[in-house]
Amino acid sequence: MIGLEHFLVVAAVLFVTGIFGIFLNRKNVIVILMSIELMLLAVNINLVAFSAHAGDLVGQVFTLFVLTVAAAEAAIGLAILVCFFRVRRTIEVADINMMKG
Amino acid sequence: MAPDLILILPEILLAVFAMAALLVGAFGGGDIRARPILWGVAAFMALVGLLVGLNPPAVGTAFGGAFTLDGFARFAKAGILLGAAILLLMSEDFLRRRGLLRFEFPVLIALATLGMMVMVSASDLMTLYMGIELQALALYVVAALDRDSPRSTEAGLKYFVLGALSSGLLLYGASLVYGYAGTTLFSGIVAAAAAGEGPQLGLLLGLVLMLTGLAFKVSAVPFHMWTPDVYEGAPTPVTAFFATVPKLAALALFARLVHEAFGAIAADWRQIVAFLSVASMFLGAVAAIGQTDIKRLMAYSSISHMGFALMGLAAGTEFGVQALLIYAAIYVVMNIGTFAFILSMEKDGEPVSEIASLNMYSAIAPGRALALMVLLFSLAGVPPLVGFFGKLYVIRAAVQADMVWLAVAAVIASVIAAFYYLRIVYLMYFGAPREGLDGGMAPAQWIALSASALAMVLGVINLFGIEGLAAAAAATLAGA
Repeated sequence: MIGLEHFLVVAAVLFVTGIFGIFLNRKNVIVILMSIELMLLAVNINLVAFSAHAGDLVGQVFTLFVLTVAAAEAAIGLAILVCFFRVRRTIEVADINMMKG
Repeated sequence: MAPDLILILPEILLAVFAMAALLVGAFGGGDIRARPILWGVAAFMALVGLLVGLNPPAVGTAFGGAFTLDGFARFAKAGILLGAAILLLMSEDFLRRRGLLRFEFPVLIALATLGMMVMVSASDLMTLYMGIELQALALYVVAALDRDSPRSTEAGLKYFVLGALSSGLLLYGASLVYGYAGTTLFSGIVAAAAAGEGPQLGLLLGLVLMLTGLAFKVSAVPFHMWTPDVYEGAPTPVTAFFATVPKLAALALFARLVHEAFGAIAADWRQIVAFLSVASMFLGAVAAIGQTDIKRLMAYSSISHMGFALMGLAAGTEFGVQALLIYAAIYVVMNIGTFAFILSMEKDGEPVSEIASLNMYSAIAPGRALALMVLLFSLAGVPPLVGFFGKLYVIRAAVQADMVWLAVAAVIASVIAAFYYLRIVYLMYFGAPREGLDGGMAPAQWIALSASALAMVLGVINLFGIEGLAAAAAATLAGA
């Protein structure tokens, strides 16, 4: 029997994967964008699971909002990344280092 | 239905105006229209700000409790709108001379302001999230406004990644709180929390994650790491905006969330907020000492000031909320003046942000040096200037709430912080002479600088009556 806690565990694993993807990633910024997406989708699983468990639709409405905002966020993130690439010719995480201190 | 729409009329007006301005810009000639659009947006925001602030209060909740307009929200909204309008007017000259005056800038600022208005009125987790995101998405773009500059694009990218991370944490927290309470309304959450018994693990975890996300937004330590980089890299008008209005909105949202949604578990969040407050005050004070770039210095200064503002919140009382509002309002005014000066710093037509370029500035422009000195003394909290009263209020709030250790820590931190403000004053009056700044100052910047400095002096009489307004605003949020 798959219950609420199974969904929550999957969501938690995905969310933590996303956070680690941001902090441990040494390659390029696209991976960071994917990790952000992973975090938001983990939240969606959580919301839908709670919503179904409680028999309350609000959580699923919330999910639709989150999905919409995630799409806008990805679009803006990619746009900024394109600007960054045009100026610097690189998207390596290690090269985002002009300002320190 | 109609009463609901009347409560969000200011937001509707601003949204329609911003989209109309976007259409005018897109189909009416592009950047040629940038100046009239900027002036129009600024005037409109000031008008809406006065409407919200002065209009006889039509208070209440709308949309099934998801949106609240009360005295607290009106106070914050009036401050946000007027502050944003002044900042737009101050920035025009700087942007025009660097070729950055694009018509998108005022439109994005208007949309960010709209997001902040939704934030301070949010009384539902969904409204809260939508407000924060509307604000943040617009601000990511303006941070990268100078898209040919490596620093500005890097600032935009950093701000985006860390902002998205903080939104993710906030949202995960919100989902746990929803799971615990079974509703996203703040009133439902507080009722569920009050009814719960024993260890409420889901609620506490949700609380911690949501506070983490908000700490990112107000740049409280240990979630401050983006602040210095973004402030340094973004174009100066954008930095000026970041340092003032969004901070006010995020603090107001913070206060509303903890009081309305988590009022039943005050003992839990007060510890967290007190920790954020102490850590921010000290790190902001110590890390600023070694800075050579004034925008970076102002970043650490704002971290430290956020620590003080959160101290009012850590008290967890109505007086604490009042102190928070007074502190935030004074902070915004001081920073507008200081950034008006930083916007005018240039040499041979290039913007300068080195602190050393201020050496013997008093010999070049005695009036401006004097005004800046007053503002720096006020930022440091030297009596009898207004900045001192802001600190006095939050410290009193902490003492009244039996958090004497927090008050003592605040006094020590403000003594440390005074050092770097006074060092700038020292350089301006006694520094080793060298080729300093040149150039004039745009009228709008000069007016903002002198008005803000004058307010710091004249405000000591009665703080311009802000005390009573803040008290009335705090009563609607945290009143018994």
